[in-house]
Amino acid sequence: MSTTTPTPGRTTEPILDVKNLGVDFWVDGVWYPAAIGMNYQVHPGEVLAIVGESGSGKSSSSMALLGLTPPNGRVTGSVQLNGRELVGLTGSRLRAVRGRDVAVIFQEPMTALNPVYTIGFQIVETLRTHTEMAPDDAKARAIELLTMVEMPTPETTFNKYPHQLSGGQRQRAMIAMAISCDPLLLVADEPTTALDVTVQAEILDLMRNLRHRLNSAIILITHDMGVVADLADSMLVMKDGVVVESGSVASVFSNPEHPYTKQLLAAVPHLGTGEAIVTEALKEAESTNARPILSMKDVAIEYPKRGRVPAFRAVDGVNLEIFPGEVVGLVGESGSGKTTIGRAAVGLLPIAEGSLTVDGRELSTNSAKELREVRRNIGIVFQDPGSSLNPRFPIGQSIGEPLLLSKVAKGADLDRRVETLLDQVELPRSFRNRYPHELSGGQRQRVGIARALALSPALLVADEPTSALDVSVQARFLVLLQELQSQLQFACLFISHDLAVVDLLSHRIAVMHRGKIVEQGSKEEILRNPKDPYTQRLIAAVPLPDPALQRERREARSATRPAR
Amino acid sequence: MSSPLGQGPAIGSDIGTGPNSEDPRNEKVRSEQFAGDATPAGTPGDGGGSDKAENAIAMKEVEGLSLGRIVLRRFLRHKGAMISLVVLLLVVILSFSAIGINVLGWHTTGWWKWTYDAVPQPENGTAPTLSLIPQWLGGSGIHLGNHPFGQDDVGHDMFARVMRGMQQSLMIILVTGVASTVLGTVIGSVAGYVGGVVDSLLMRLTDLIIIVPLILLAAIVAHLFSNAGSIALALVLGGLVWTSLARLVRGEVLALREREFVEAARVAGASAARIIFRHILPNAVGVIIVSATLTMSATILTETALSYLGLGVHAPDVSLGSLISQYETAFTTRPWLFWWPGIFIVIIALSINFIGDGLRDAFDPRQRRSLGRKALKEKSEARPKPVTDAGPVADAGA
Repeated sequence: MSTTTPTPGRTTEPILDVKNLGVDFWVDGVWYPAAIGMNYQVHPGEVLAIVGESGSGKSSSSMALLGLTPPNGRVTGSVQLNGRELVGLTGSRLRAVRGRDVAVIFQEPMTALNPVYTIGFQIVETLRTHTEMAPDDAKARAIELLTMVEMPTPETTFNKYPHQLSGGQRQRAMIAMAISCDPLLLVADEPTTALDVTVQAEILDLMRNLRHRLNSAIILITHDMGVVADLADSMLVMKDGVVVESGSVASVFSNPEHPYTKQLLAAVPHLGTGEAIVTEALKEAESTNARPILSMKDVAIEYPKRGRVPAFRAVDGVNLEIFPGEVVGLVGESGSGKTTIGRAAVGLLPIAEGSLTVDGRELSTNSAKELREVRRNIGIVFQDPGSSLNPRFPIGQSIGEPLLLSKVAKGADLDRRVETLLDQVELPRSFRNRYPHELSGGQRQRVGIARALALSPALLVADEPTSALDVSVQARFLVLLQELQSQLQFACLFISHDLAVVDLLSHRIAVMHRGKIVEQGSKEEILRNPKDPYTQRLIAAVPLPDPALQRERREARSATRPAR
Repeated sequence: MSSPLGQGPAIGSDIGTGPNSEDPRNEKVRSEQFAGDATPAGTPGDGGGSDKAENAIAMKEVEGLSLGRIVLRRFLRHKGAMISLVVLLLVVILSFSAIGINVLGWHTTGWWKWTYDAVPQPENGTAPTLSLIPQWLGGSGIHLGNHPFGQDDVGHDMFARVMRGMQQSLMIILVTGVASTVLGTVIGSVAGYVGGVVDSLLMRLTDLIIIVPLILLAAIVAHLFSNAGSIALALVLGGLVWTSLARLVRGEVLALREREFVEAARVAGASAARIIFRHILPNAVGVIIVSATLTMSATILTETALSYLGLGVHAPDVSLGSLISQYETAFTTRPWLFWWPGIFIVIIALSINFIGDGLRDAFDPRQRRSLGRKALKEKSEARPKPVTDAGPVADAGA
């Protein structure tokens, strides 16, 4: 196995030896394999990344190491941890392994931590379950661990509840708990997927520090090539339950052999490679000084107060203009107010101050009827493809609803329009009778676009349309969106937390931070020459899907960053 | 791919389309897309077999089944519910065929020789003539006799009266169930969707009805309408038992209205009524059906209690509850007058309850997790030969 490429100074004895591991699930009377015949080894201090898209079996196979398969799952093969067989362990022997020898960092720290206990209590619990430790010692050790994961004010944090911490702090607490018993093996299941990119960079730094200090082996499950390049030594690429390629990170990235790996690497959007197509409409708008499709002047948006919770100003003093045919990318961290702006632009949220006009018509002062009229000019694509389509409606009905409600078309004409829309988003016409649950995430998101474009709007608001999709699906989706945009020439407000995605599509970029637009300008200005310190940090934090470049960048970043 | 079943699917729209693999466009698009975006409805195994692992699970879950049909299939698998459904149907057929139907001027005669208000001569000391023990076991053979359930002191045929009582009780259950479901759904969904003052007003009204004991309230209202017959009683009951359903529906609507498809409908220009009735409620049908069934089984007991107190169905008409009330003094001397209606109350209430349980299980997506006996056996065995044509996997590191 080429995963065994030992780095100098490491013991050659693997800590984890997986042979012919298979995981199957019992679904409606048949066993379906989720992972087939996996073989790999992990050495102390090594980071092995398991990469694959959702449904590739990367999580199922790793959870099987700890016996965490659901009751309808079955594990076959052999997993040896320091020579001890893990498959088939039950009861107290299994529990002794979990937490002490093998620990897990879960994806979503909010749900993985128990909300009714303090952080400290949960760490102490783990410590005292696995070691004979007096409560006071355990507390001291817990604070030491919190210090180790660079938690600000560990003594106070010890007594805090999970909801009192930020996402990054929760993930730090989760890591502290996972490393509390010096595990031999640490399984990190998408540890940074739920985090913002700047926080992700901090967590990755932390994990890199810890691996040197603890000498644990780490299995890193992720779909993000940037994270792999940043942290891992070796990697496995999984597709549909099978390992299709493995090797050291450097060799896989520089010289991928399996076509799927190549596809996967090609699908990752790189910062600075985007080539937004300049549409006719935009050229015309620029030359004739046309009025903007969407114009926001000093817009503030508030969530009204509820009971004793005071009103929250999510967006403040925002100025933004979008011209016909132009794609404006709106980037920012979660909670920065970018989605709020998107919703206000389609009239789903009222604005508290300022003026918001769409196609010259003021949105805030309009009556419900006029609002309906304005909305015919705007389409919106939502973030979550699983929730944005009515599960009780066939696809065709969902797409046709705007047409039907605005009395543009009905009957046979409506059918024809729906078919045209399905053609435009490259879905087969037969899909019109399908239900959303019969479609994959990418297909549902296409349906979302078709519905948004049904009334040929002048403005399309795309609210993180790709954040729930796999990279390769995302790549296809973005190409489609770009094609549609150059064909139909609509203006687009593209909201995303991913700079590389925004870079791919946008003519202009606006960066949001804490409810304000801190910087906006052409793509080149923002990406090559960011002025605002927040933009600079944001750009520096994006991990590059290239191990060598990423190392350079990391070193440059740590040199410029003030010491904590 | 997330399971869509967590979204409270409904029966009613089982128009699901099967996998349409013969569609040439389907093939074309699939080849254009990356594997991760492969259509879930594609024919399994077209990708070379071995690399279809978890996709196959997803395919199996979605293979062109509409949500309604998935629920129906799981309901049909629920043994308790199926037995109860058959029992309930038999009871309904028995009661309506035996003495005929006499509702709203529409009249048929049944196959039983007595009607519930006929007064034949007492025979066999008014004891039941029903005999189930064969002669060769020392009994008097299997036969119904003239009055299988016995007669009361006047001579009324008990079988006919129990059948009539059952008709009344079943009718009350049905009318109450429909009335309370409509009321509860409308009130709950309007409260949940509109929110604000409307929500507060409707929910305080609900609280008001909940805090007054149901029997007391029903007794007073039923007394006011005492001359209007049992349909009026059923409607009165329906007007009082909708509260729990309204609260459930409100909760469901509160959750559903935050979903993005509701916002998409608003952007598309849908009115509030359209959003509630076309978009939200079909997604809450699971909750509504289950709650309605359980309300119905509670109703039969309420009706019985009311009739027992003399406030429900009035003589000369009878219901199961009024029969028990009428004959309570005869419990020691002629217990059959008491037992027969009692047995049928229990049968009806139990079977409706079981059906409700079956429906609840069918609508609950977590049910699929449990393994059958066959699966457990295979799980404990050593790895069997692969179930798909998944070949041995090439050593990836090569």
